[in-house]
Amino acid sequence: MSVIDVAPLDSEEQARVRREQILKIAKWTLPSLVMVLTLLAWHLYVTLWEVPHYILPGPVLVAQKLVEDWGLLWPAMMTTGRLTLFALFFAILGGVALAVAFTQSKIIEMSLFPYAVILQVTPVVAIAPLLQIYLDSPFVAALLCAWIVAFFPILSNTTVGLKSTDRNLEDLFTIYGASRWQRLRFLAAPSALPYFLSGLKIAGGLALIGAVVAEFVIGRAGTGLGLASTLLEASYRFNFGRLYAALILISVMGVAIFAVMSTISYLALFRWHESALKKDG
Amino acid sequence: MTTQTRPALGQRPELLRMAHVEKTFHGGVMALRDMNLTVNDGDFISLLGPSGCGKSTALKLITGLMKPTSGRIDWAVAQNAGDLGVVFQEPTLMPWARVMDNVYLPFRIRGIPLSEVRDEVLEALKLVGLEKFQRAFPRELSGGMKMRVSIARALVTKPKLILMDEPFAALDEITRFKLNNDLLALREKIGCTVVFVTHSVFESVFLSDRIVVMAARPGRVIEELTVEAPYPRTEEFRTSADYAGFCREASNALMLAKGEAA
Repeated sequence: MSVIDVAPLDSEEQARVRREQILKIAKWTLPSLVMVLTLLAWHLYVTLWEVPHYILPGPVLVAQKLVEDWGLLWPAMMTTGRLTLFALFFAILGGVALAVAFTQSKIIEMSLFPYAVILQVTPVVAIAPLLQIYLDSPFVAALLCAWIVAFFPILSNTTVGLKSTDRNLEDLFTIYGASRWQRLRFLAAPSALPYFLSGLKIAGGLALIGAVVAEFVIGRAGTGLGLASTLLEASYRFNFGRLYAALILISVMGVAIFAVMSTISYLALFRWHESALKKDG
Repeated sequence: MTTQTRPALGQRPELLRMAHVEKTFHGGVMALRDMNLTVNDGDFISLLGPSGCGKSTALKLITGLMKPTSGRIDWAVAQNAGDLGVVFQEPTLMPWARVMDNVYLPFRIRGIPLSEVRDEVLEALKLVGLEKFQRAFPRELSGGMKMRVSIARALVTKPKLILMDEPFAALDEITRFKLNNDLLALREKIGCTVVFVTHSVFESVFLSDRIVVMAARPGRVIEELTVEAPYPRTEEFRTSADYAGFCREASNALMLAKGEAA
């Protein structure tokens, strides 16, 4: 053992190790550097060319607004967040339930799948006003709006996953006399998990987009004052500092949702699934 | 180690009989024509033949996953859950389940809690030499080890018949020899009946006491050979003149099978 441990690395191996170390550092420093440079360029542009704040507010002003308006922005973020999470929750519920129904019954799949696709390909902005007309509660309308956008990737990924079971394992389950439920629980569901989770990653982002669209179209009447409504209102008042602050918070939410979904996915899969294996060495 | 004594070839009780079994697939392809085979308790039978000779189809018919177009497959004994163990060409493990849970699968499907059969599961893992890996996930194991888990899963219910469909075909030769030896050692210990599908003459001779040579298009039985060499068979048998003789015999039969097919 020790002979191998102390064996000197040849120059090629040394170069490879060094390159890996550099890449590891660069992975964090480069994006940070880009951000700092962008902020600096933005700041310089706004101050040197004296751009009026109602055309483009500088980063300092945006930061100021972020702090000043926090009492307004934070509840707005909570409102949008609540709508997003509700939509995502129901998207998971509906998407998984429908996917299970599709894989259990060919008839249900053949009857309903085209409509799931139609629902998905019709731009939600076009449906939202209708929802507002037909549904009494604007919150339900907004929720439905975000749900329509978010549920499809869950449905389609889970359906593919439930169908992608190993044929030999299927045979084995048949030989051992497994029931339909056992097949679903012990074979199809675990097979579908990686597919479901990658659908969840997409759906998380889409739920936020759906919530923002719903706030734009349906307005604060139903959802309370969310981030998107705040943004819209700020633009009417030429309060571009607040507009940018709201925009940044929406991005932060998107990133946070993605990070949470990625973490969930990693925790669920890292022991056994190829996609979650660490690529070391 | 208790070595089970087996009656001589002609004196074993009948386990399963295939009589005039035929299978024609959609499109008129005849996968199997008039197959007659009696599997006796304690036999190690190899179905040997080129690809397309219906050996895997024969196996599938025995499992009941497929029904014969005509002919009968009758069990001489009452068939219960767990009387059949199957090993496929791939290890066919559930990647999300630990080794132990993979071996436990046949019991789990029967609704028996792990606590009641933990000993059986561990015993099966011990038989294939993997008791230390019960907590591992399949991806942490080598190809040969995965195959051992697959064999443990087939053994765990103490089946009356184990069907193996080219289980070692995807492994390297060194691993394959090792697993051949281990499979025979296992058989000496637990006295199982095996129907083994292979396209390797050498493997079939080393393992079996009966070889059913099959030909393709349509799939059918050409000849049945007996390998009258005593068990336990070891590496010495693999290099013996007897072994070479049996291989020649099987090889000739296989050539005949190919000649007819061409």
